[in-house]
Amino acid sequence: MSDPLLSVRNLTIDIPVGAGTLHAVRGIDFDLHRGETLCIVGESGSGKSLTSLAVMGLLGKNIRRGADRMEFDGTDLIAAGPRKMRALRGARMSMIFQEPMTSLNPAYTIGDQLTEALLLHKRVGREAARARAVELLEKVGITAAESRLSQYPHQLSGGLRQRVMIAMALMCEPELIIADEPTTALDVTIQAQILRLLYDLGREMNMAMILITHDLGVVARVADKVAVMYAGELVETGSATDVFNTPSHPYTRGLLRCIPLPGKTERGSELGTIPGIVPSLIGDVQGCAFRTRCPHAVASCRNTIPVQGGQAHAFRCVHADGKRQAEEEMPA
Amino acid sequence: MTADASTAVLELRGVTKTYRVKQGIFGKARPLTAVNDVSLSLPRGEVLGLVGESGCGKSTLAKILLGLEMPTDGKVLIDGKEILAQDRLSLARRIQPIFQDPYSSLNPRKSIFDIVSLPLRVHGVGGPGEWDQKVREILDIVGLPARVMNTYPSQMSGGQRQRVAIARALIMKPEIVICDEPTSALDVSVQSQILNLLGELRREFGLTYLFISHDLAVVEHLATRVAVMYLGRVVEESDVAGLFDEAGHPYTQALLKSVLTPEPGLGVPDTQLGMAYPNPIDPPSGCQFHPRCPMATDHCKQVAPRPVATPRGRVECHLHDPQSPMNNAKVA
Repeated sequence: MSDPLLSVRNLTIDIPVGAGTLHAVRGIDFDLHRGETLCIVGESGSGKSLTSLAVMGLLGKNIRRGADRMEFDGTDLIAAGPRKMRALRGARMSMIFQEPMTSLNPAYTIGDQLTEALLLHKRVGREAARARAVELLEKVGITAAESRLSQYPHQLSGGLRQRVMIAMALMCEPELIIADEPTTALDVTIQAQILRLLYDLGREMNMAMILITHDLGVVARVADKVAVMYAGELVETGSATDVFNTPSHPYTRGLLRCIPLPGKTERGSELGTIPGIVPSLIGDVQGCAFRTRCPHAVASCRNTIPVQGGQAHAFRCVHADGKRQAEEEMPA
Repeated sequence: MTADASTAVLELRGVTKTYRVKQGIFGKARPLTAVNDVSLSLPRGEVLGLVGESGCGKSTLAKILLGLEMPTDGKVLIDGKEILAQDRLSLARRIQPIFQDPYSSLNPRKSIFDIVSLPLRVHGVGGPGEWDQKVREILDIVGLPARVMNTYPSQMSGGQRQRVAIARALIMKPEIVICDEPTSALDVSVQSQILNLLGELRREFGLTYLFISHDLAVVEHLATRVAVMYLGRVVEESDVAGLFDEAGHPYTQALLKSVLTPEPGLGVPDTQLGMAYPNPIDPPSGCQFHPRCPMATDHCKQVAPRPVATPRGRVECHLHDPQSPMNNAKVA
């Protein structure tokens, strides 16, 4: 296989807080090839959004980022200065944020905001940039695209604004798109359309995509690769089929039991829960962070946790199969 | 649905809410029908799920039920008595809300004790000693330790705050609880805990819920009856099995199709809905769903469908109306 477009090794993110240091992301590795979609799934506070901001070089000044390697198509992102990052952002890698209400500037027209990145990064004239904006608005399914260019964000509905955000991210034909909960604020019908659109565009332009979400349904439907994140670590990684059909980390299985499955979960029955709360990541964190909530925790969970499974489907657990077999044999 | 009206704890008869909306500073005010001739009845102990896209009038309907908005037309009856005839205090004893966002629905400057005991003080129930006892009881019921009484909302997690909101709603022992997207701001593991709690409380106290949500998997899990709203109208209403297993209205079918279940390999469904949710100021003629309906005919564009009783509820669609000329054509 060719070299990955994005390669991350041992990424750590530390945030200084009053009482010490918050280890928000604790050594994560992943590779992403062109045309691939990686879904990072996890609950609030697991560090998934920080990971994406770290790749884009958009972390706050007081947040410390460290990595053994973080390369985008051969460019070292750790060593890259602000000027180099500015040249990459918006041109070769771009981001779609969660809140279409707050991520667009209310004082500028849709047209101004759409063409800004293109005018900045490419040698094109205003006319060509506007033509490109219209083309992309049509591609993301916005009717009367020409007339939308002179409208302001408040004149558009949430679904339309999110489409504008997607069109904006695509203006320079980026090689990597990071979408942070792109459909969370939207209706299910619009969600399906936006995801379909991202998926189709990704295939068409051979884009790599990192999709950050807490919605397991979204993950299952669009991901090539899945990374389950818990307390700053990737606890399970693998293809969507592997992770959903043979969920190996106890946390992954816990998450899957929490959601009602139409046609499978009995209506009105008790849903699964994950007892306890996410541990504090301030100060030294030893062993498996999930052990306080895990039904299979043993004494050795306090030590260094081995990575089980192969490269294709890996998970961090002291148990060789993450106690999957044992759980499956349990009477439901 | 009027046959079992005698047992219905909550009944709506032809409820309509029209706002007058000005477009532009000098624009003439035009009517916007947010809730259009809605008739529903909710038998005691049942859970009516209310689904539909944003802007379909779900929340306006909830406000009318809570007495926060007056219907322009139609009647709301509780135990057969009209709501308008009752004063607001006695209404609040019987209907209580749980809102979507536990971060903004709790006053950050009041302690948990103050928040939960406020209904008791407003209604003049008992004295300070009794309040303390009642707050402890209700906190125990919703699964919070009594020590949180002296803490403030900012010290709690999202799940805990939603438990506080539930405690506040239940302390007056209401009969009906309006849950407006109670879990959509929560993580999946917390969501399942809250859903389980709502289910337990209903069984224990014989509560009746109106459960508003856009998450159809959650509605299917919790509801006993479901009403689908589109542009202010209830276009289909049925028991939960009838709606999810044999949906009649094309809109319901499209909604169900857009649910993303966590099954890898299925891809993202194509709902064929088209994007634009129509502007409620200019609702389409005839059947209001016809511009987005894959099965629409000329007849749908001109004539509004009438509600047709089905074995499990009712539906507003020409396809299901035996007297509609569309079906005559098919027979001939």
